[in-house]
Amino acid sequence: MLKVQNLKSYYGRLQALRGISLHVGKGEIVTLIGANGAGKSTILNTVAGLVSQNEGKILLEGKDIRGLAPERIVRHGVALVPEGRQLFAPMTVVDNLELGAYVRHKNGSKIEIRQDMEMVFDLFPVLKERRKQLAGTLSGGEQQMLAIARALMSRPRLLLLDEPSMGLAPKISEEIFRTIVRLKKQEVTILLVEQNARMALEVAGRGYVIETGQVVVQGPSADLLRNHEVERAYLGKTYEKVWE
Amino acid sequence: MDALAITLQYVFTGVAIGSIYAMVGLGFNIIYNCTGIINFAQGEFVMLGGMFMVTLTTVWKLPVGIAFPIAVLLVVLVGIGFERIAIHPLKNPSVLVLIMITIAGSILIKGLAMFAWGKEARYLPHFSGETPINIMGATILPQTLWVLASLLTVVVGLAYFFNRTLIGKAMRACAHNPDAARLVGISVKQMVTLSFGLSSGIGAIAGVVITPIILMDYQRGAMLALKGFGAAILGGLGSAPGAVLAGLLIGILESLGAGYISSHYKDAIALIVLLGVLFVRPGGLLGSADVQRLKKF
Ligand SMILES: Nc1ncnc2c1ncn2[C@@H]1O[C@H](COP(=O)(O)OP(=O)(O)OP(=O)(O)O)[C@@H](O)[C@H]1O
Ligand SMILES: [Mg+2]
Repeated sequence: MLKVQNLKSYYGRLQALRGISLHVGKGEIVTLIGANGAGKSTILNTVAGLVSQNEGKILLEGKDIRGLAPERIVRHGVALVPEGRQLFAPMTVVDNLELGAYVRHKNGSKIEIRQDMEMVFDLFPVLKERRKQLAGTLSGGEQQMLAIARALMSRPRLLLLDEPSMGLAPKISEEIFRTIVRLKKQEVTILLVEQNARMALEVAGRGYVIETGQVVVQGPSADLLRNHEVERAYLGKTYEKVWE
Repeated sequence: MDALAITLQYVFTGVAIGSIYAMVGLGFNIIYNCTGIINFAQGEFVMLGGMFMVTLTTVWKLPVGIAFPIAVLLVVLVGIGFERIAIHPLKNPSVLVLIMITIAGSILIKGLAMFAWGKEARYLPHFSGETPINIMGATILPQTLWVLASLLTVVVGLAYFFNRTLIGKAMRACAHNPDAARLVGISVKQMVTLSFGLSSGIGAIAGVVITPIILMDYQRGAMLALKGFGAAILGGLGSAPGAVLAGLLIGILESLGAGYISSHYKDAIALIVLLGVLFVRPGGLLGSADVQRLKKF
């Protein structure tokens, strides 16, 4: 599905990615974990087209999409749920969803879009109750759900999720993660960035550990969960416990 | 006439010109919301609207009903053409560069208009005659009703466009969060072009309906733009209801000031009110201070 080869991204003179290579197979959930500032968001943003200075290859089903504008990339079936949600705060839930399907409106697919809206309401029933409410007035959890729902409205083949559990209570995070698992069953391919590494590795099949713009460890989630280095650095266990 | 009737008379006059300020202010806001810049060529769109209308009705002898939409369309083409040629090709231009470009555009359009229509003020017949209508002792010109109807149409049309149509919502999305808009597939550049088309059209409508009352010459746009800019600022930059309210307010105050104090001071009066309000409410009448901090001005 997605194959990233030797990707280097820059913000002006600052190099944020130092040659990242990773791949996500069709129907897989793959997670990226790493400390603050490691470059996780930069990877997703570069794939989505928001970071314009970069080198390397970003192959989507064999086609290089690197260098395309974000509004083109979403038409190739890649949707990013950005860090911090980035909703259209002064607009209603329904308007946000309608705009999520912006790339599909031209084909005169009004009925299909209605159906998809029902589909995301089914996924997040609370959004249906709040359909006329302004996005900016939703709770944090509801906003995250709306951000995911808005991305789904473009019918992505590949969904990029940037810290969906950020700032949410554990119970709400769990709900979000349950949805991610449900999406996998609907054959959406997911690349997930998470601070909560344990939860991420529980839903993902494989993972990459990112440090200062490089992949330092990679492998199946089960291996990463057992890896001492990963455990110490990202899973919140103390040194002593590892050595017990 | 008694005092009440006289006051009412001043108010009517003020509402007419205030409606124009309101429309110009709306035009400023549309481009501002989309790009973060003040388009200094806004007044020239108003002037061009009036001038095209003069030519179409007096030289081409077209009836008002046909000349009006054509004049507006021509100005929209100028607005879109200006954006396409001077702004669209730039990659990540700074706000300052964009503003300079609109100033250059303003000067250029003014110059071309001077060649095309000369330096004298141009006259346009009133659309529905000049027989005043009596209201409570004061009179109102039928042309003033045209002005009011235009403002109303523009306001209702914009409200519909921005709240009910997908493209309108996309423009709002773009104004609120350009990156998020791009992520759902909205082309920001397309929206910028559209914003120029829209605001040049609104400017043109204002120019067409006000020309019979104030006459039009190649420089007239600048003063109208200045007052319209005042309306946009006073109302809260970016706020459409604010621009309408403030435009009408400036128009009425100006007219009352000219009537009761002196017409020499009428521009000063509007300006003093503007500064006074901004001193108390820096975000403008209907602008939220919160939004104001995020904007580029
Ligand atoms: N817009 C930007 N301009 C300049 N530098 C940036 C920008 N965005 C990120 N960076 C820098 O790039 C590096 C990687 O940042 P990135 O946001 O990708 O990290 P992250 O792994 O997502 O961190 P977090 O877990 O805090 O979200 C950091 O050093 C950061 O300061
Ligand atoms: Mg991040």
